[in-house]
Amino acid sequence: MRLPVLCLPVLFIGMLTTGLPVANANPLSLDLTRSQVVFVSRQMNVPVEGRFQRFSAQIQFDAKRPEAARATLEIDTASIDAGSPEASAEVIRKPWLHTAQFPKAIFVSSAVKSLGGERYEVSGQLTLKGKTLPLAAPFTVKSQGGSLIFDGALTLKRLDFGVGDGPWNDPDTVANEVQIRFRFVAK
Amino acid sequence: MNSAAGYTRVAITLHWLIALAIFANLALGSLMTEMAISPQKLRLYSYHKWLGVSVFVLALARIAWRLTHPPPALPLGLRPWERMAASVSHALLYALTLAVPLSGWLFSSAKGFQTVWFGVLPIPDLLAKDALLADFLVAVHGNLNGLMVLVVTAHVAAALKHHFLARDPVLARMLPLVRRGG
Repeated sequence: MRLPVLCLPVLFIGMLTTGLPVANANPLSLDLTRSQVVFVSRQMNVPVEGRFQRFSAQIQFDAKRPEAARATLEIDTASIDAGSPEASAEVIRKPWLHTAQFPKAIFVSSAVKSLGGERYEVSGQLTLKGKTLPLAAPFTVKSQGGSLIFDGALTLKRLDFGVGDGPWNDPDTVANEVQIRFRFVAK
Repeated sequence: MNSAAGYTRVAITLHWLIALAIFANLALGSLMTEMAISPQKLRLYSYHKWLGVSVFVLALARIAWRLTHPPPALPLGLRPWERMAASVSHALLYALTLAVPLSGWLFSSAKGFQTVWFGVLPIPDLLAKDALLADFLVAVHGNLNGLMVLVVTAHVAAALKHHFLARDPVLARMLPLVRRGG
């Protein structure tokens, strides 16, 4: 009979256009000149700011479907500016980031949820100095001139990843908690 | 109340506290700048800055006290050049006990390192992080310290000269615990 045969292509087209969870939107293109990954460490309770100068991020985000968002961040660990030339030279060494053996720090998201309004939270895993641990960070998304601005912050415990080992593991000299702030501008 | 013969206990205490702090900080400053980076180095830099702020605060107190409590007169028989030398060197010392810590604080700010007194009281940075300015200010801090060492050396030499050669009370009256005569 005709009807059942015709059903198949109609059904097939119908499935493609509705309901199926498709990977949403194309990945956004990052504007590296306006993006940053900054951190603040407290040394003898003095806040010292630093940053990673080279990184890349793949972000897929659609405000209408935040739970389908994805993010991958790859940081070139040797690109660190730790606030002074002396500190930067020290912090790439083995007790710290050991960048010769671990040239990349990578974050891969596993879930994004809406917190209401422009606020969201991303969860995922961070691989740093060879250790992989779960991580979550709240962030906001704002729209500006055709671009999306993702702003977020979190506190990381450096000793969880063995960063600042040996004589440096005294948290009174360099605090365990490191505050990280990120901004990704993408379109 | 200041007697014609002597310094007040406050003046004497402040004088020696500041002197000790300055000697300690000169030693710390020489030591810490020679070290390779380490947790100890970070700690010494902090102690140096805490002590520096303390010197500044004590110096303010010392100057305020001095302005309200005139010191005893210089001994009779001092020649005009000796009186001049005393005035100039003392004025320089007062100025340097303020200028040296100030230059250190400004230098630290220009390097991008805030000062947190005793690790609890943050002192705002007057200057933003600026590498060229930092290079200039480290030289200022170093030169002012060099001048401080020269003036302190002259100050100590003069005190010893007064005590052992002239045999006048100039040194004795700045010593704590010395019996005050008539």
